[in-house]
Amino acid sequence: MSQTFRLSVNGAVRTVTADGDTPLLYVLRNDLGLNGPRFGCGLGQCGACSVLIGNVPVRSCSTPLSAVQDAAVVTLEGLGSIDKPHPLQTAFIAEQAAQCGYCSNGMIMTAKSLLDENPHPKPEQVRQALSGNLCRCGTHTRIVRAVLRAADHLQSAKVTP
Amino acid sequence: MTAGLLRLSRRAFGRAVAGLTVAFTLAPGLVFGQAKKLPGSLLNNRRLDGWLRVEPDGAVTVFTGKVELGQGILTALSQIAADELDLPFERVRMVSGSTAETPDEGHTAGSQSIEYSGTAIRYAAAEARRLLLERAAERLGQPIDSLVVEDGVVLTADRSRHLGYGELAGGDLLQREASAMVPPKPAVRRRIAGQPIPRLDLPAKFTGGAIYVQDLRLTGMLHGRVVHPPAYHADLLSLDESAVRRLPGVIAVVRDGRFLGVVAEREEQAIAARAALQKAARWSHQASLPRSDRLHQELMGMPADTSQVNSKGDPTKSTGGRRLEASYTRPCLAHASIGPSCAVARFGQDRLTVWSHTQGVFPLRRDLARVLGMAEGAITVIHGQGSGCYGHNGADDVALDAALLSRAVDGRPVRVQWMRDDEFAWEPFGSAMVVRVAAELGADGGIVNWSHDIWSNTHSNRPGSNAGTNLLSGWHLSQPVPAGPPKDIPQPNGGGDRNSIPLYEFPNQLVRYHLVKEMPLRVSALRALGAYANIFAIESFMDELAAAAGIDPLAFRLRHLKDERARAVLQAAVDRAGAAPPAAGDGLPGRGLAFAQYKNHAAYVAVVADVAVNPKDGALRVKRTVVAVDAGEVINPDGLRNQIEGGVIQSTSWSLKEQVRFDREGVTSRDWVSYPILTFAEMPEVEVVVLDRPDQAPLGAGEAAQGPTVAAIANAFARATGRRLRDLPFSPDRVRKVMA
Ligand code: FES
Ligand code: FES
Repeated sequence: MSQTFRLSVNGAVRTVTADGDTPLLYVLRNDLGLNGPRFGCGLGQCGACSVLIGNVPVRSCSTPLSAVQDAAVVTLEGLGSIDKPHPLQTAFIAEQAAQCGYCSNGMIMTAKSLLDENPHPKPEQVRQALSGNLCRCGTHTRIVRAVLRAADHLQSAKVTP
Repeated sequence: MTAGLLRLSRRAFGRAVAGLTVAFTLAPGLVFGQAKKLPGSLLNNRRLDGWLRVEPDGAVTVFTGKVELGQGILTALSQIAADELDLPFERVRMVSGSTAETPDEGHTAGSQSIEYSGTAIRYAAAEARRLLLERAAERLGQPIDSLVVEDGVVLTADRSRHLGYGELAGGDLLQREASAMVPPKPAVRRRIAGQPIPRLDLPAKFTGGAIYVQDLRLTGMLHGRVVHPPAYHADLLSLDESAVRRLPGVIAVVRDGRFLGVVAEREEQAIAARAALQKAARWSHQASLPRSDRLHQELMGMPADTSQVNSKGDPTKSTGGRRLEASYTRPCLAHASIGPSCAVARFGQDRLTVWSHTQGVFPLRRDLARVLGMAEGAITVIHGQGSGCYGHNGADDVALDAALLSRAVDGRPVRVQWMRDDEFAWEPFGSAMVVRVAAELGADGGIVNWSHDIWSNTHSNRPGSNAGTNLLSGWHLSQPVPAGPPKDIPQPNGGGDRNSIPLYEFPNQLVRYHLVKEMPLRVSALRALGAYANIFAIESFMDELAAAAGIDPLAFRLRHLKDERARAVLQAAVDRAGAAPPAAGDGLPGRGLAFAQYKNHAAYVAVVADVAVNPKDGALRVKRTVVAVDAGEVINPDGLRNQIEGGVIQSTSWSLKEQVRFDREGVTSRDWVSYPILTFAEMPEVEVVVLDRPDQAPLGAGEAAQGPTVAAIANAFARATGRRLRDLPFSPDRVRKVMA
């Protein structure tokens, strides 16, 4: 049964009409025109669809719209843009941390949550945090480097205001 | 960076969305054999204006038939063009993979894009620059040698007068056949090619730009899903689709033979309708597959076309030395793209337009025309990016699905997204293989004779072949178009026999390929094709022979290797790796070495792998790898490193974990739990040493690390344990078994 839902996505309140069981992923992509979260498995196994809800990485393919309600959703687009990238996005560019880039959304969103919790992660902690995100192109080493680079940058930005 | 983004083939995307078509001029009716031999892809796409267009503002648009698969090819090709044209990198725009606009360069596959498209673009750009200069000399009344070019502007020697490319290029300047008579710049004068220029497509990918086929949203677009049969050989007994038709949003339920699909207003509605349609269909199916634990024996027992790939000296020659023999196997492997395949199709006035992440827009168009009964000229296929494919996955199949579903809803645009299980169960896998190697070791430790036998299905069942179709749903229609007879890729590239001819100098050798025509599982091209298993066998066996001869593996290889570049990568990898690490308390330590020149004529790669083996639980961990690569002239060193690093990690994943599971009826690997791949916790460190040779031709490297990596791991395991792993994958079960 279609219902109207109010969502807060990337700081803006949006209204969508859909069945409450609809996975958040399709609402974000099709109703709100966002590209960041990507369909990888629809099973909660790969992380390509990750978004942040209250700074926790959530698999939007397995999260029903009705469960989101008033929570604030942040997608890749909400972190930064091509012209004003988030330090994580800048670091991914600096490290050229992708091949096809299909997994990048999940990597960046999961790393964002990690760095908010732990601003100085060790390489093992980055690997640990990302262990539920799959990359088939084999860009793992670059992704870890990019996350560490972003951590460094965020840290030095704090020290020198 | 913004400018860079806009320069991608999204131009082609956008233009076609707007319904514009651009006439493409190819040389008409040039008879092959009468025409001059031109380098790279110029050979079959001979018109300069088929490759380059100088815009009124002086920017240059480059047209390539090769497509971006995440390997960075469009960035590298831009670098080549900018360099030859003396244009700033930002002023080159790429249009790629469109049957309406670009040259036909077949498939983007086999690590050949720089060699073919890059060479064509380099010669075309050099000639275009020369033509622009000639015209400038005429207009400025100056001798051509006195003029200089800076950033796309031609200047007189005293810099008092100048003309931009845009002013010079009008009319018919490039409307001619390429001559390839203008030599490209020598290596020392290149300033952009050879630099680690950042990829054009990555900023969009990191910020949520619309860049994939999945991101295409056409006005009025509907969502489609397909319902595949439950098994390879299944007949549809009955279907009551009435309940499915009544579901919310459902526009159409399509049944044509064994092809079933749904179209709905919203994506989640299409998914729900798919599930309902799955329930509504009753199938009969047969247990047609071999027992999976007997796959290799059955493969060797099936009728095969045996061909002699190579023979040297007297392969039966013996000096009465020690004879060794070993068989190596690999299972079927999945491409397992992170994003399942997707396509968008739209019919309008008897014209079909398809957006696809295919590896070859022209071959796909040929097969679409055949299945749909349309003229090729009535179909436009436009490439848009997808998730990395690593060969022939479901990309082409889903393009046909989208066309069939769009046709069923009066041509409205339909996006079809395969679900995870569609991709795993129906993609064409990389074939299982058996490789048997035997050799005789002379008294002096040299190899007296060598034989290599391969049993495999073909490694190329791509669209675009001469007969039938390789688009899945074509086989399922009520008027099916079956697959043509299987063929494999001939040498010197080879398919199942790729890299089966040792680069080592053995006095006597015989290499044979037993191509098995019956294909229990659907198979086609997976990155590196047969090279992965052939190199695994050759390089494992070289270590077995070295051990039998009591000679160090590096010395043993060098002794049989004349090629200087091969020797150099081996040495470089060993040097960079340094001393083998001592035991770290995390298992038995071992180091292994392996080497190959991909396809025997592309990049040279040597890999050193350090592993730790836990004899109790059978865990084999690859801790560190060092790779030395010689890819000739390197267009983008960071791009090369990225490909090599990715190749090592992917090959490690194949080697330790991967195997397509199936029962007697069909594929049971249907998600990431039943087909696990390497995770962050398991990834090795990868260090890459690039031996740059700017004066040498560029050599394809995208697939070159797969083979040496698996063999280095196997050799490291043998060092650690004294036991041999000859069957892939090296799972904990296998490890425990060989160590028992
Ligand atoms: S798409 Fe959501 S976890 Fe894979
Ligand atoms: S970059 Fe392709 S899946 Fe990670």
